[in-house]
Amino acid sequence: MFEPLSDFELQALGLSIKVATAALVICLPVGLGLAMLLARGRFPGRWILEAAINLPLVLPPVVTGLILLSLFGVRGPVGRVLHDLFGVTLAFHWTGAVLAATLMALPLVVRPLRLAIEGVDRGLEDAASVLGASRLAVFARITLPLAAPGLVAAALLGFARAFGEFGATVTFAGAIPGETQTLPVAIYSALQRAEGDGAAMRLAVIAVIVSVLAVVGSEICNRRLLRTRGA
Amino acid sequence: MSLACHAAGRRGDFRFDIGFESVARSVAVIGPSGCGKTTFLHGLAGLLGGSTARIRIDDATVLDDAVARRPAYRRAVGYVFQDIRLFPHLTVEQNIGFSRRYGGDEMTVGQALDLMDLRGFERRRPAGLSGGEARRVALARALAARPSLLLLDEPFTGLDVARRERLAPYLLRLRDEVRLPMILVSHDPRDLDLIAQDVVTVADGRVTTTAKPTAAALGDEPGL
Repeated sequence: MFEPLSDFELQALGLSIKVATAALVICLPVGLGLAMLLARGRFPGRWILEAAINLPLVLPPVVTGLILLSLFGVRGPVGRVLHDLFGVTLAFHWTGAVLAATLMALPLVVRPLRLAIEGVDRGLEDAASVLGASRLAVFARITLPLAAPGLVAAALLGFARAFGEFGATVTFAGAIPGETQTLPVAIYSALQRAEGDGAAMRLAVIAVIVSVLAVVGSEICNRRLLRTRGA
Repeated sequence: MSLACHAAGRRGDFRFDIGFESVARSVAVIGPSGCGKTTFLHGLAGLLGGSTARIRIDDATVLDDAVARRPAYRRAVGYVFQDIRLFPHLTVEQNIGFSRRYGGDEMTVGQALDLMDLRGFERRRPAGLSGGEARRVALARALAARPSLLLLDEPFTGLDVARRERLAPYLLRLRDEVRLPMILVSHDPRDLDLIAQDVVTVADGRVTTTAKPTAAALGDEPGL
């Protein structure tokens, strides 16, 4: 079990890191915008937006993958347009794994960000605007720094979720070694092989370490957020 | 000098229409809780959507947002809030220098630190300040943005008599040395004795009486 990782395992690990990082790069700005909208915006249909963001949390991941496939598959309404106009194919491609991971991680990114932004005293934002700061400057100099621990917590949870994503990924992007066979998909593939138990266990240990680090890190950030508020 | 201010609008079901003209540089708006004093200040500062505000100082129109709605960040109105609202993640100096990018300048930041006796406090965090010190930082921060008018909401809240008397000279410096026009809102008549030169009484969102300033209250105020 403690043998060094094989090329196959390293490839899966590398791909998972690449996919999770790319998903996070998309998730953070999008999640920040959505969290700001939900925390500060007043508009009709807010609950519908909130429900839509949280849907992947409760939907069976394989169903999310199926929805992605029917929308973004080569014959899907969006997938066809992307393919015909830009020559982009997401299904069964590593970018498809990124899309699946992004969608699955988004609710876990939005939630801590929203809580962090809601916790920022709006009185401080008013004080900054009276001092001459525009809305964008208030966001950059007051809201965001005060919500920063929430941002780190969101990034850690989002990365871990994207790193461990399986159901939607395997349905939408498949299990192509080196292309879409991320670490969890590789664990599943290894278990299908007669001699794959050792590889599966080694990869599982890595998955557990990444998850534990993310959860502990996000908890530390939450405590820091509470401490900042108490000060 | 002359100071004319007016703000009208609504906050929820509460309607207010408050205005006055005064020859004093520091005017107190007094009245019971819920009479609309703070709402009036919010209207002047631009923190209340759907309200209108006008400010004239001497012959200059500082603000007429019935003509062109100006957001809070472009009003040049300073505001020291009742709950102070120092930015907890910034040092005292960073708080005071916050407006540097928006019309404040290095000299005014330095002047604000000197006037409020805050040299030596620059690197402190708001959490480590006493109530009186935090108020002086809030005054310095408002001053450093070079406002045309300073709004003070219950400037002595939470301070006992001794601490009030220690803070009052700083407000007098702003009034008499910086010659900054100010409106202070209070429910406590003792505040008037300390800094106000004129008093406007408000009830239910309307002005009820405008007392004329006394010669004694104004001292040898020039221009009167």
